[in-house]
Amino acid sequence: MLSKKQLFTRGMLDVSPHMLSVIPFGIICGAIGIELGFNPYLVYGMSIIIFGGASQIVFLQLISGGASSLIAATSVGVINSRHLLYGAVLSEYLEKLSFIKKLLISYLVVDQGFAESNKFFKKNKTEQYLHYHLIGTGSTLWICWQISTLAGIILGSFVPEELGLKFAIPLTFIAIIVQDLKKIDHVIVMLVCGISSLLFFDAPFKSYIIISPIVALIVAALILRLKE
Amino acid sequence: MTWLSIIIAGILTYFTRMTMIALVSRDMLGDRIKAVLAYVPSAVFPAIIFPAIFINDYGSFIEMNDPKIFAAIVAIIVGYFSRNVIATILSGLISYWIILFFLL
Repeated sequence: MLSKKQLFTRGMLDVSPHMLSVIPFGIICGAIGIELGFNPYLVYGMSIIIFGGASQIVFLQLISGGASSLIAATSVGVINSRHLLYGAVLSEYLEKLSFIKKLLISYLVVDQGFAESNKFFKKNKTEQYLHYHLIGTGSTLWICWQISTLAGIILGSFVPEELGLKFAIPLTFIAIIVQDLKKIDHVIVMLVCGISSLLFFDAPFKSYIIISPIVALIVAALILRLKE
Repeated sequence: MTWLSIIIAGILTYFTRMTMIALVSRDMLGDRIKAVLAYVPSAVFPAIIFPAIFINDYGSFIEMNDPKIFAAIVAIIVGYFSRNVIATILSGLISYWIILFFLL
């Protein structure tokens, strides 16, 4: 049985390789906000209030492009709706927590943290303080996101654009799912999701990001039925 | 006005994170749904990966000889065999830069 501190540290370590993509992305996100002419406090406030990388950039781009605040806020909600799926997966492991703890820990659920903690949870179901792993991944990502967006706001885009560091984002997610390429059913689900995301890319409010997972999960349900 | 919409966006985002964790109990999800939920990473992350590789900043499809496609294949192969996140990201980035700066 691992202690709370061990689980927390393990979470920090498990998610730390993703800093290779999170930190450049945070710098880009902060710098874009300033380049688009927004108040620095506002750009940074988003990192605390929204705390969701891609959705923060989309918000700023929409507002600066003249979209209404309603459309910008709706787009953020739609882009981040994928967290509903993460929550559904994590709820199984977090059900013993008190309601207040659930409310607090929810703030820390982000893509890479969910992915790494979920992998750990699947292998260590019996651990008593599992949620400390999620706090470890989530708070590491939170701190790095705050520092890197602040750095982008203050120093501007000191990461040369020619390096194309935005490309680290798809790479980080490839690293997360690449081991599941061993299983043919997962490969089918991934391809369905990926191809749908390209087909629905122009759907309003960036909704491809939730439409394609739903299509892929329906396919997953069909695969499970065929297997029975 | 922008502050207000950021706060609304933040509340919406928080609800997407909190709803399923705080308001759904294990018994509400049947075994069948739990089996489907095991596919969530495979069903969600390609929606981030594919557009980031195949669609450029202007919203149109890239050419099939774009360095990103080759670099992503390198990252997949390295990631598959190394099981290492850093090796996956670095191999993708480095092969991308090699093509971009030396071969094009």
